[in-house]
Amino acid sequence: MMKRLLIAASFAACVTTGASAGVLDTIKQKGFLSCGSNTGLAGFGLPDDKGVWTGLDVEFCRAIAAAIFNDPTKVKFIPLTAKDRFTALQSGEVDVLARNGTWTQSREAELGLHFGGVNYYDGQGFMTRKKNNISSALELNGASICVQQGTTTELNMADFFRTNNMKYEGIAFATADEAIKAYDTGRCDAFTTDVSQLYSEKLKLVNPDDTIVLPEVISKEPLAPAVRQGDSQWFNIVRWTHYAMLNAEEMGVTKANVDEKMKSQTPEVRRLLGVEGDFGKGLGLTKDWAYRIVKHVGNYGESFDRNVGENSKLKIKRGQNNLWSKGGLQYAPPVR
Amino acid sequence: MSERGREAVRPQVPLLHDPRFRGLLTQAVTAVVVLSLLWVAVDNAATNMRARGIPTNFDFWNRVAGFDINQTLIPYSAVSTYGQAFQVGLLNTLLVAGVGIVFATLLGFTLGVMRLSSNWAARSFATVYVETLRNVPLLLQLLFWYNAILSPLPAPRASLAMPSVTLTWPDAASFGLALGAGALAIFATRFARGQTPGSAGALLAPIASALGWIVALIALPFGAAAFWGEPGGGVLHWGGPAGLYLNNRGLLLPNPSFGPGSGWVLAALALAVAASVLYTLQARRRQAATGAQSPVGLVSLALLIGLPLIAFMATGAPVTLDYPVLRGFNFQGGLRVNPEFVALVLGLVLYTASFIAEEVRAGVQSVAKGQSEAAHALGLRASPTLRLVVLPQAMRVILPPLTSQYLNLTKNSSLAVFIGYPELVQVFMGTVLNQTGAAVQVIAVTMAVYLTISLATSGLMALYARRTAWAER
Repeated sequence: MMKRLLIAASFAACVTTGASAGVLDTIKQKGFLSCGSNTGLAGFGLPDDKGVWTGLDVEFCRAIAAAIFNDPTKVKFIPLTAKDRFTALQSGEVDVLARNGTWTQSREAELGLHFGGVNYYDGQGFMTRKKNNISSALELNGASICVQQGTTTELNMADFFRTNNMKYEGIAFATADEAIKAYDTGRCDAFTTDVSQLYSEKLKLVNPDDTIVLPEVISKEPLAPAVRQGDSQWFNIVRWTHYAMLNAEEMGVTKANVDEKMKSQTPEVRRLLGVEGDFGKGLGLTKDWAYRIVKHVGNYGESFDRNVGENSKLKIKRGQNNLWSKGGLQYAPPVR
Repeated sequence: MSERGREAVRPQVPLLHDPRFRGLLTQAVTAVVVLSLLWVAVDNAATNMRARGIPTNFDFWNRVAGFDINQTLIPYSAVSTYGQAFQVGLLNTLLVAGVGIVFATLLGFTLGVMRLSSNWAARSFATVYVETLRNVPLLLQLLFWYNAILSPLPAPRASLAMPSVTLTWPDAASFGLALGAGALAIFATRFARGQTPGSAGALLAPIASALGWIVALIALPFGAAAFWGEPGGGVLHWGGPAGLYLNNRGLLLPNPSFGPGSGWVLAALALAVAASVLYTLQARRRQAATGAQSPVGLVSLALLIGLPLIAFMATGAPVTLDYPVLRGFNFQGGLRVNPEFVALVLGLVLYTASFIAEEVRAGVQSVAKGQSEAAHALGLRASPTLRLVVLPQAMRVILPPLTSQYLNLTKNSSLAVFIGYPELVQVFMGTVLNQTGAAVQVIAVTMAVYLTISLATSGLMALYARRTAWAER
């Protein structure tokens, strides 16, 4: 981590004034996208035994690469811990940070970042051992709680216990792995993080069935990819990559039927896939940018099901992450 | 003759060819280049940071931190500021470094001497210890100890408990009785010392005097209680509320809380310290003048325990103990030593001691064999030879590398971030940096702190080295 910070400092010192060349040009020049990802979180960003990355955030980066290069493999994933992720982004070590990061006011206003489309609406929760015999987070008074440091989780936990006038002991670890290990050895009574992550970390326990996730969700955690401020074009590309995937789902365009849909007569499908108009131009991309995304990665719903939903080990329900038309919060502006 | 003459008259050379001038010029140019590079780097970083909207000032210092820390030596809560979080982290680092250095030194010296021991078992043990611990990465050792400590310990509800000792003494009369017993014990010690050397009396002397003190300090309160026969008063008894608990949340101890009048107890302790120092000095003078030794250790111990105890009883037991009580998930109240702290200190001490042991061995071996042979010839036994002849000379060789081991230990304490101990790097460079985004400022401050700690340690060690240096002849 020290190394990374040093790199960050030297980057800050060496990069000549500001963003003279756009991020998109730089990416095209080097031939790949640098994507800051999780060090290992099932469902969001995790390399398998062959070194191939999978996950919702990972596919988001692949979608951007597909839009730029028409090749989803032109991504270099750089695993970052919670505590050095923003420094890596600020310093230019990564082009985009798709690492289940929460969009907050201070991160956007004070860290000099922009958060693109929310690709997962999450909230913080707790899990605890069944033998503690509690059914609510409000019964956690006096508990020792393991947490990953450098996250909004630490702050939400402090707020939650202060609001409810309860005592606790928080033990903060550099990585989620260390934190979950400490929970497993009994150092902590509970483990807290975003609910989606709770389900994924639970799988790492020796006896996952002895632990339950408590029903309370104590915070709003809109997880969104982030970019540096100062390059609106690049910000637009990242944001609209998400919207393209959402629009595709809404229009029923999938990885399987996208070629067929090219012949569709529906104007909005034709605009999305670049048959009509040239909407990629404003982003600095080709007009079939959205076609490339769906062709190589799929729409949002497909990506969700594959990584965290029905067809994954996590089996998380769509819930808030369903389309607005199906009672969820995922809503994309139109391609027009 | 002619050679010397040529040297005395400096030849007239052009300024550029004058070696002294050229030396100065090179240094000046180098300094200018380095400084301007530094300035360019700093200015460039500041400009870039401003351009990207990253804060470049220290405004965050007084903002509310909003997170909690589980081991704080000063009052701290989620509503404290980032500056206070920094202080908490710094103090935790200093605590670990201080405790670690003391124990690493003790263990390291013991092992270093053991490596040179004539006892096969001791020598082999020390060798295996040094070769093993020196060659396993510290982070691995820390994680190992953390898990080794946590795994076998029970949950809070099944804590290992030790019953406490409760001591109450309400009465000034029984206090007088204690004084009498103390005087008796002193008399016993003196009498024991009066025996001829080599006789059975001299052999039993230390045992007899120690026993005398133990009887005076422990048995007498029981006697006093029996004399007055007050139930619950003037009693020293076992098995009150349990005072010691051990579980996977740490070691819980009763926390002393100081009531009114406890100032007298502290004053008595200070007086005892001063008195034992004076006694030690006087004993040294006496030994220098007459050769007679005094029981320094015993008297100091008696003073250090006796005086505060007398004050404690005379002022009506103002220092009470706050016992840890199991409430819900955890114990509340009392004093807690976290497993993270123990694991960190243990890992750092065991690792650093293996290096110190090697330095001690090198230092001892650097002392000429004739020195210890001469000491033996004078009739000194092995232990005083080592203590009074060899080690003082070896210290000159040991000190410089020992200093760098102390610095290493301090800096290595930052590995605590992996086992969740809230020291400077974990709190300040971890959470604070992440919440504020002020990476450059936070790292600059952290580096400045480690530099200051290191320079201070080196300075102290240099001071000690100068005091113990040999007078050059």
